[in-house]
Parts: sequence; C-alpha cells; structure tokens
Amino acid sequence: MSIFSKKTDTELTEAESERTEAAEKGRSNVMDDGYDDDGVAPGEPLIELIDIHKIYVMGGEEVRANDGITLTINKGEFVAIVGKSGSGKSTLMNIIGALDVPTYGEYILAGEDTSEMTDDELSEIRNRRIGFIFQQYNLLMKLNLLENVELPLLYKGYGKREREEKAMEALRRVGLEDKWRNTPHQLSGGQQQRVSIARALCAKPSIILADEPTGALDSKTSRDVLGLITELNKEGNTIVMITHDPSIAMYSKRVVEIMDGKIIFDGDVNAYADHRKLQNGN
Amino acid sequence: MRSFLTMLGIIIGVAAVIILVSVVNGYMSTMIESFTSMGVDRINVSVNNMSSRSLDPDDMYEFFDENYELFENMTPSVNVSMPLKNGNDTMSSTSIGGYSEDYIDIVDYDIAYGRSISYADCEAERSVAVLGYYTALELFDNASDAVGQKIKIGNNAFNVIGVIERQDEDELEEGGTDDFVWLPYSAAAKMNFSRNISSYIITVRDTDDSDECTDAIESFLFDIFKSDDYYTVVANSSLLDEMNEQIGMLSMMLGGIAGISLLVAGVGVMNIMLVSVTERTKEIGIRKALGAKKGVIMQQFVIEAAVTSSIGGVLGIIVGALGTSAVGTAIGINAVPTMGAVAVSFSVSVGIGLLFGYMPASRAALLNPIDALRTD
Repeated sequence: MSIFSKKTDTELTEAESERTEAAEKGRSNVMDDGYDDDGVAPGEPLIELIDIHKIYVMGGEEVRANDGITLTINKGEFVAIVGKSGSGKSTLMNIIGALDVPTYGEYILAGEDTSEMTDDELSEIRNRRIGFIFQQYNLLMKLNLLENVELPLLYKGYGKREREEKAMEALRRVGLEDKWRNTPHQLSGGQQQRVSIARALCAKPSIILADEPTGALDSKTSRDVLGLITELNKEGNTIVMITHDPSIAMYSKRVVEIMDGKIIFDGDVNAYADHRKLQNGN
Repeated sequence: MRSFLTMLGIIIGVAAVIILVSVVNGYMSTMIESFTSMGVDRINVSVNNMSSRSLDPDDMYEFFDENYELFENMTPSVNVSMPLKNGNDTMSSTSIGGYSEDYIDIVDYDIAYGRSISYADCEAERSVAVLGYYTALELFDNASDAVGQKIKIGNNAFNVIGVIERQDEDELEEGGTDDFVWLPYSAAAKMNFSRNISSYIITVRDTDDSDECTDAIESFLFDIFKSDDYYTVVANSSLLDEMNEQIGMLSMMLGGIAGISLLVAGVGVMNIMLVSVTERTKEIGIRKALGAKKGVIMQQFVIEAAVTSSIGGVLGIIVGALGTSAVGTAIGINAVPTMGAVAVSFSVSVGIGLLFGYMPASRAALLNPIDALRTD
C-alpha cells in the first residue's frame, strides 16, 4: 500500500500528500513513545458494537449466544460486563477481543470494522489494540517471565533490545522485575496473574480486556489484582472486564449486564448497585 | 524430552543406515580385493580326459603364438605329488608344481636370490628348482644359502637355482604362500607316469577381451577333441562378473533393509511431531491471541522441527561413523562410511522431520484461537 502511494505521489494533491506525511509522522511518534496509534481521543467511542448476533448450531438447534447487542464504549472507560454462565458474556468478550467474528452485525474497533477481517488481520488487530488478561493467566510455562511478557512485542516486530526494555518496564509496573528469570510455575496464582497483566500492558494496547481476572484467585489476591486494574484505568487505559460476580463489577465505573444474549442493564456503577438492591428486594 | 525422542529416532535411523551400508561396502571391497589379487586376467584351461587324444604342449604354444595379440603369458601347470625331502623328514604341505618361464610374471613375484626358471630349462628338461622363501628357510636355515644346493623330490635330485622374495609379510607358515617349489614343467611332467600335461594357465592382455580369448581357446580345443566334454576353460574375470552380480543383489537387499529402518525412524519422528503439535494447541492459541499470524506459528514449528532433525541427523552421522569403524574392527575389514549413505540417510530423515513438523503445524496454525485456547 505504501509502495503504491509512493508511486502515485506526483498525482496526489498537495493537501493529500501533507496529510500522508502527517500520518507517517504521527505513526513514527507512536513508535517512539510506544503508545498505540488508535487516533481516538479520551471520551470518544473506541468500541462500537452494532446489532451483534452470534448464532451457534448445536445438535440441530440454533443457539443465539448474542442476540442483537448494541454497545458503545468510550476511551478511558472501565466497563464491567456481568452475566451468569450461559448468558452470552463470553461470546461477547470473544467478539470484543477479536478472537471471534459475529454471525452478523458490525463491530468497529477504533474506527476499523473487524466483522469481515481474515484470520491474519484479526491477529494483527489483537496484537495492536487488545491486551488480554485471562482467568487461567495463559502464560507459556516453558518461557521465563520476561519472555512471556515480550511475546506481544515480538509479534509487533520490535527488536530484541527494545522488547526487553519495555517488557522489563511492564514487569516493574506489576512489581515482579526481580523475578524475570523465573518460569511461571515458580510463582503463586496472584503473581502469575500480575505477569499476565504486565504482558497485556507492555504493548500499550487500546483496550485491556480482562476475562474473569480474579476467577482463580483468593479474595485478598483478588483485591490486589483489581486494585492494579483500577490503577491502570486511572492512568487512562480503557478496561473491559468480564465477570459473573456482581461484587467484582463494583470496582468498575460502568456495568453492562447480559442475559440470554441481550443487554438487560447498562449504566453507572451506582445505578447498578441500586438496580441490584431492587432486584434482591423483590 | 520430546525433542530428544525425535532426535533419537533420527539418530538411530541415520546411524543404522550408515553402519549397514558402510560395513557391507567394506566387506565387498575386501572380497573384491582378495579376488583381484588372485589374478582376474587369468584363464585356466584343464583337460579332463587324455586317453583318447592328447594335447601336446608344442601345439598349445603354437596356438598361443598365433594369438599373441590377445594373450600375454602362458604356462603349463603340472602338479607333482611326490614329497619333498628334508633330511629324513618330508615336507608334505609344500606345493610342488611344474611351470614355464612365464609363471613368475603371471603370479607377479620377484626373485630374491639366484634366478627363475628359463626357457632353456624347460626345453632341456633340466633338474632345477626355484624355492619359496619359507621352503628355503626350512631346508637351509638361511634363504640366501639355498642357491647351488640340492633338494630331493621323491628320488629325484634338483639343483636350487633361485629363491623367490618373501610374499606374506605377516607370517611364514607350513603350507602358506611362501611354501612352494617350482620346477620346469617338462622336468615335472617326466616324474609323473604319463608325461601328459593337462592344465595350462593363460593370461590375457586386456580383461575386456576375456570372452573373446575364452572362445578362441575353446574352439582350438574343440578342433582337437571334437567334443566339449573333455576340457574346461574358465576365465577368472567371468568369476568376478558373477561375484559382482551377487554383490549387486546384496546391495539391493541392503538398500531395502536400510530403507525400512529409515522408514521406521521416520514413522517415529512423524508420531512425535503429531503428538507434539496436539499437545501444544493451547500454546498456539495463546500465541495467536497475542497477535501471532499463521505464518509466524508455522515458522516457529518448522524451525523447531528443522533444528531438532538436523541435530539428530548430525549426531546420527557421528554415531554411524563411530559404529562403522567399531564394527569394521570387530569383524576385521576396512569399513569406511560412504558419502552416499551419509547423504541419503541424512536428507531422508531430516526431510521426514521437516515434512511431519510442517504438516501438523499448518493444521494447528489454522485453528480458531478460541478453540485452541479452550483445550487443556
């Protein structure tokens, strides 16, 4: 594409070529400070889900895991997606994480429509835009902590020195820099989850997507991890957290509740607390 | 552990093929060498039945001279069955034969002391003898003293005119290579009851002409005997051809066995690679979730397979080379790993390693990341 645009450089109007230059410059700036160039200003829509349907066929029966979900998440928000098991929240999380595509509907992530992307394009989108925190940490057991944290940077095409610097910085952020030589099974569950947070952080993605981040942790460690996630949000990171536990959702600022593939509540965390009280009261 | 097993499969496959092929090759070349030293240029002529018609040495020499462009040397060959006397003892193992002046060239020996049998000795039926080194030592203590002395074969006395250089560097023994007496064929024939000469050794100038020479000798003999029942003509080169044919068959069999062992090694590698990729589906899922594209995943697995199989291949070559020389020493032949065996076994096993690293990896790379992540 860039070769093509260079070839036709002479045919471009001046305004256009200025814009191209500006874009290239902006891009190189991004490369310098390591922030993702999603071009979305704080408070503007980062995730736009428009009438998302995901339909599986199981045993000849249609299962509508997501049945017309429309949701906008702005840059800098901390959103908890709550729902019981089977509510369709995992399917939604896979779509938001670009791990899966909707059967129909549109998903626009930082201005790019992912609905029609190929496997490799989705890989690239995930690499650039999304930092994953999984319930089971999903660290590679054979690699040491530094190598684990480096992986997104490796696939982003960074050189070895830069990778190590950034990965080390992320490990420092989660307080594990002195353990970088260890392998994951030498660590406790909470420590492993912090490594996976470091891995999600280090490539400076647009969104940090946390899927039941405390599901495998005890309550004290859970509080530490949630505290860390809250801090990340205060620093300006957009957080989307999937959980089945309403009390965990209280750490967020906005709650979206899913049931039977549909959004049944979307609002401020305080409004959600009232909504819960009301439900429990009945 | 897994990559060690993969390597082990390749090591065994490569080493087995190299050892097998190299040892058999070494054995074959040892056989051919010993056969060649017997003289591939020789044609042995023997007449079985002298009662009806006789073959006169003069006729034979006439025929030999007529075909001088084909034949190089000829000697009648007369076995003497009388014993060689050493004082009161007899040396029963010493081979005693009557030959012409050409014989020393046919067997390609050199004279150590004195001279060999001459044309004149044969013509005049002189009672002279040339001794092997061992025989001379046994009879006279010192081989250089033998020339000019007398020996007794049966009741006949012979003057020693020469001693042949020692042939066997390793050992001198009774009945060995250096235990012989040569007489002029005419003098030897005189000692037998019938003076007939029934065997000849002829050498050809060019072994490619062996068949032509054999045909010429056979037609000459047929003219005399009017039947091919009375004589046999055997060219050593035809024996060599036969041996080469058998060796060829042996090589083919060997190739089959080597192929099977490579195949077995390959199946092992294949199996391990398949299991490896299945086991690592989760890893593939994680890597894809973090942004690895199909090509990157493929690359990782193929490079792993390539490195594992090449290391295995190189170790296999080393083990094969060591094994070859060990087996060679054990069975007493000079076995050297052949380039062909090394190249074929290495490339086949590494090729299998690569192919079966590539195939499951390409399938794994296509996996949907959520499905891959869900596996345990």
